[in-house]
Amino acid sequence: MELKRILEKYPKRQDCLIDVLLDVQNTKSTRHLTEVELARVSEHLGLPESHVFSVVSFYSFFSMTPRGKHILQVCRDVPCYLNDTFNVHETLESMLGIKTGDTTEDGLFTLEYSSCLGCCDQAPVMRVNDTVYGNLTPDKLRAIISECRSDDDA
Amino acid sequence: MAKIKINNMPLNVPDGITILEAAKENNFNIPTLCYYPDLDIKSDCRVCVVEVKGHKGLSTSCSTPIYDGMEIKINSPRAQNARKAIVEMMLANHDANCTACVRNMNCELQRLAESLGIHENRFDTVLQEKAIEQSNPSIVRNANRCIKCGRCVDVCKTVQGMSVLETAGRSHDAQVSPAYGKELKDVFCTYCGQCSAVCPVGAIMEKDHTHNVWDALDNGDKHVIVQVAPAIRVSLGEELNLPLGSIVTGKMVAALKMLGFDRVFDTNFTADLTIIEEGHELIGRLKERGKLPLITSCCPGWINYCEQEFPDLIDHLSSCKSPQQMFGSLAKTYYAQREGINPDDIYVVSVMPCTAKKFEAERPEMRVNGKDPDVDAVLTTRELAKMIKQMGIDFDNLREQKFDKPDEVTSGAAAIFGATGGVMEAALRSVKEILEERPLEKLDFDTVRGTDGIREAEVEISGQTHHVAVAHTLANARTLAQKVREGGTPYSFIEIMACPGGCVGGGGQPYGTTSERSRERIYSIYQVDRLTKIRKSHDNAAVMNLYSNYLGDPSGEKAHELLHTHYVNRRKK
Ligand code: SF4
Ligand code: SF4
Ligand code: SF4
Ligand code: FES
Repeated sequence: MELKRILEKYPKRQDCLIDVLLDVQNTKSTRHLTEVELARVSEHLGLPESHVFSVVSFYSFFSMTPRGKHILQVCRDVPCYLNDTFNVHETLESMLGIKTGDTTEDGLFTLEYSSCLGCCDQAPVMRVNDTVYGNLTPDKLRAIISECRSDDDA
Repeated sequence: MAKIKINNMPLNVPDGITILEAAKENNFNIPTLCYYPDLDIKSDCRVCVVEVKGHKGLSTSCSTPIYDGMEIKINSPRAQNARKAIVEMMLANHDANCTACVRNMNCELQRLAESLGIHENRFDTVLQEKAIEQSNPSIVRNANRCIKCGRCVDVCKTVQGMSVLETAGRSHDAQVSPAYGKELKDVFCTYCGQCSAVCPVGAIMEKDHTHNVWDALDNGDKHVIVQVAPAIRVSLGEELNLPLGSIVTGKMVAALKMLGFDRVFDTNFTADLTIIEEGHELIGRLKERGKLPLITSCCPGWINYCEQEFPDLIDHLSSCKSPQQMFGSLAKTYYAQREGINPDDIYVVSVMPCTAKKFEAERPEMRVNGKDPDVDAVLTTRELAKMIKQMGIDFDNLREQKFDKPDEVTSGAAAIFGATGGVMEAALRSVKEILEERPLEKLDFDTVRGTDGIREAEVEISGQTHHVAVAHTLANARTLAQKVREGGTPYSFIEIMACPGGCVGGGGQPYGTTSERSRERIYSIYQVDRLTKIRKSHDNAAVMNLYSNYLGDPSGEKAHELLHTHYVNRRKK
């Protein structure tokens, strides 16, 4: 039902694809897209399903597996990779007790990779939902995580 | 005209062409990989880079237009090093076990690596082994050999309008596959095989039947017979280094005999039979105001497409089996009886320009005894060429031989089945003459010939005007089928072929097939027609004898039992 309402908001134009997909994904607590939704979007916009899937699989802000409330996406492009003296990834994995691609059992955090976030001057960089954090240090990571947690308690 | 320099040589070239085209015109060879004539220019692979004076980076020659005063260096050390590094990176993400690959000695990547002098790779392998997909009867996908050139994606999307294959993921994780990483059998794939014909490497190919055929030929208890489709005789030569468009009928028969087939037959015989059956079906529908337009059914790529995307048009399809399947069912009934051989001991092989024919042969409807396929194995043109090479046959020097008797009589009408518009023309020759009860004044129906994607024509039969239409490629098939779905089209008869140019451009045809090459093959096909004594299917005495001795009336009970079929709605959701 929800899906139908979202689709109706958009004209049947192919250039709406990313907006529609983001809209669908953001209305769901799991922040992910399903095959059924992709099929409906492709039908609505008159695009081949393979193309819609291609777009979803290309951008790291789309996911086809259910995700937690806070999605931590760590950039792994060259500047971040080179500037990453303490290994943001491994640090987060041990802090959260999960592997990349997984979600914590309480459904609070999902850890992912991302391609370039466009803030190479502040490398290493990660994004948490819509906010980008740069010049990361282990302390900063701890702070971000506890902020997310308290956010959730509130 | 523009004045340019390639490798310091001053040249005059037409405005607006690309560096690659300018080079080619002047006999300079620039290596390419993602580029393919007839397809969009993708400039994905960067193998074609050259140095242009004044350009900061290297330029891709397939996509960069020339301009007046341009100075190009094709083989500057910088361009060569870049090409080499690109190919080395491809090989680092590639299962380069060439001796275990179907494309060994016939592979564009291998040739490229060789010409760039790559004998060892500076990069460590990053290949993550993936399972090989072989779950459908026609096409095998080996992602470990895919170099992501995008040719298959393009042909599937733009030529066929199917968009089954796409690129998914990005960078090093990029994959070329159907949506969601599904298998072809679970999506709207028609098994047309156009993807397998344009793939430069061993990443998409036809399902191998050569092994089954070698086994059968080696089995003394089996009576192994082969039929060869109309389009093979004008294309097989290319895969065996003969000039484009060579007509190799006699040498091909000789080679098949050397391979050990007990009998070598011509599918043109059952193509004539198809025309008699389909012609009578059309006459019947015209007289009894049956479902019109009647749409041809001999192309299994089109049938797969129709069953999946236009199941509402199934009633329009001719119920005739394709020539391949008519041959199969007659081989295991009439022929077995005539020769006094147990049908279970007959092994039927067909040589087809097509990968969808492999699927067709496995359909449960195509089994006269209810259990075994009528056609046991289907070889593509490429597979037959491979077997001829494996056998060490000196093809070019073979003495020509004739198809086996008594079914060697075939008409020119059957020969043109291989070209788009050919089935239409063959049917019109018979239907018009049968209905008008007097000899045709003109045999050639020029209006249905040609290579435009959709062609319409008007044909006078007994003073009445009939509208007919011809389409080739699935993208054009969709346009025409959509019109029929919407209703109100004037057509009585429609011919549809899934592949560009018809079977001459089939998915199982020699590597490097382009519309230009297909046109040469079409020219040769009409040549075969002109040189054939009998040019109308109903003048084929051997076919008419088959009716009087065995089948009874055209479209009669026995004919229906053996030569007709039905279709199923295969919509996947
Ligand atoms: S695709 Fe070409 S390079 Fe790769 S293994 Fe096969 S023959 Fe060798
Ligand atoms: S066989 Fe035809 S429809 Fe299927 S993926 Fe290949 S080109 Fe597309
Ligand atoms: S399967 Fe073949 S044609 Fe398709 S992208 Fe891979 S290498 Fe290119
Ligand atoms: S051939 Fe030019 S970029 Fe691939």
